[in-house]
Amino acid sequence: MPAPTAEPVGPHLPEGALTLGTVDALRDALGPGTGPLDLSGVARVDMAGAWFLAASGRPLRGARPEVAALIDLAAAAMPAPAAPAARPSWRLPSPRGLVAGLAFFGRVLVLAAALPRHPRRLRLTSTVHHLRETGLTAIPIVTLMSFLIGVVLAFQGAAQLRQFGAQVFVVDLIAISVLRELGVLLTAIIVAGRSGAAFTAAIGSMKMREEVDALRTLGLDPVAVLALPRILALVIALPLLTVAADVAGLLGGAAMSWIELGVSPAMFVARMEAAIGASHYLVGLAKAPAFALIVGLTGCWFGLQVGSDAESLGRMTSRAVVVAIFLVIVADAAFSILFAVLGV
Amino acid sequence: MTAALTVEGLVTGFGDRTIHDGLSLTMHRGEVLGVVGGSGTGKSVLLRAIIGLVPPRAGRIDLLGTRMDEAGEEARRAALRRTGVMFQDGALFSSLTLRQNVEAPMLERFPGLDPRTSRGAAELKLALAGLPPEAADLRPSEISGGMRKRAGLARALALDPEVVFLDEPTAGLDPIGASAFDALILDLKRALGLTVFFVTHDLDSLAAICDRVAVLADRRVVAVGTVPELRATGHPWIERYFGGPRGRAAFGG
Repeated sequence: MPAPTAEPVGPHLPEGALTLGTVDALRDALGPGTGPLDLSGVARVDMAGAWFLAASGRPLRGARPEVAALIDLAAAAMPAPAAPAARPSWRLPSPRGLVAGLAFFGRVLVLAAALPRHPRRLRLTSTVHHLRETGLTAIPIVTLMSFLIGVVLAFQGAAQLRQFGAQVFVVDLIAISVLRELGVLLTAIIVAGRSGAAFTAAIGSMKMREEVDALRTLGLDPVAVLALPRILALVIALPLLTVAADVAGLLGGAAMSWIELGVSPAMFVARMEAAIGASHYLVGLAKAPAFALIVGLTGCWFGLQVGSDAESLGRMTSRAVVVAIFLVIVADAAFSILFAVLGV
Repeated sequence: MTAALTVEGLVTGFGDRTIHDGLSLTMHRGEVLGVVGGSGTGKSVLLRAIIGLVPPRAGRIDLLGTRMDEAGEEARRAALRRTGVMFQDGALFSSLTLRQNVEAPMLERFPGLDPRTSRGAAELKLALAGLPPEAADLRPSEISGGMRKRAGLARALALDPEVVFLDEPTAGLDPIGASAFDALILDLKRALGLTVFFVTHDLDSLAAICDRVAVLADRRVVAVGTVPELRATGHPWIERYFGGPRGRAAFGG
């Protein structure tokens, strides 16, 4: 609709239509005042125009019937100005959330502990499905990443160790760092970003569509139905992924050692056998179930915290990943201290 | 009376399932056209095809003089700007408050709009839709389903459209709320000359506000007309629809 712009005509309103697009110009043209307005020139108003006229508080004269009808409609519906609701822009994280999170952890443990006594409570199909989703389909990315980390370690280590003529120690460097730390840690981080986020998004969207409430009304425990199979699957999958990551990391390191330092694969294996005990491998593997528990618990917990709007789904998903990675690294530090004390 | 909407020979479907097969329908300017049909007869799909969310397989769709089936993106957007759509559950943007939801189309259309204008117009539209002023600052997740429907209507009316598509607007409302909604549609139709495409199951709404009713069955519009005219066709589904106990209660027949 072509909208004629308002010209300053004092109490006479410009000819033509008064619509959303022309209200601002008219307000500027009229300025403040309480004098009557002559609407005889106004051919048409829309709701925004009617609102403006009704809200101006001025007496209105000479309006055409259809214009007057709309202004009356607007005047009748016009809301009393409401005080804007105070909305806290930010909130301190409350310790209640932490306590509730711990309670959730306990609940999962209790349910899991009951499984050996009541094996039929295990949701096998669901668990196997999540095992495939979190385990099998993660193998390509986990092994590729670990392989590349092995390559990088060997490359960087070679450059330093060559200065001392201690090339062969690159094997120790790679084996210890991959088996003990990097293999399991990077796998856990990838799984947190991949499966932990997927848990939150899946459970969160079920929460949004009231599926979680529907489960409750059917007498089913959402934690047992939704969280437990996912966490269980992750606790099984993450150690297996760690083994794959360890192998891939060592392969990458061995390949790069061969190319860069001339350490043949046979030498690499012999050096590993001589210098590196199984303990490094076991220490790394022992951390995997703990990391899996952290990732699975945070993913499912934040999924259940999703509200009914799309924004909270996104917020909770990102929070789940950040918290999971943070806790995994904290746990890794705690494990380091523990193993140092134990002397392994 | 000129036509606001003409649909001719519309064919739609998903995969090997045909929803509409040769559907034709005309909506005049300034009328409230009720669209009824059993569940799964494609009422919502018809609405989505008209506004371009479902590409038709064949047929002609003429909305406010624009061929929605073959027009370019620009022309279709221009035609859609003159229409408002209210989806079944409101389809409000969940990260915005109700007022921001209504302001969004206004600011999209007139980017430099004075905040006082958009705010005032949005609050008026929310009030017109029957929402209390304090609801304007709430988010969709904080209000009831009935209020979401009202807010959805307010957003559909944001740009003073010529044609409004309503998908089951009174479903899930209490009888008082549904009657108030019907009265609101009638008021708006009178005051704004609104043309309304009204998908509904609510027989009371049909009786109260629809000028004509189109009946979807057998993948087509089997009859259009006032309710007495429809009953005169003797179509078995129409007879069951309006002749059942609920129909008799609403139409006194």
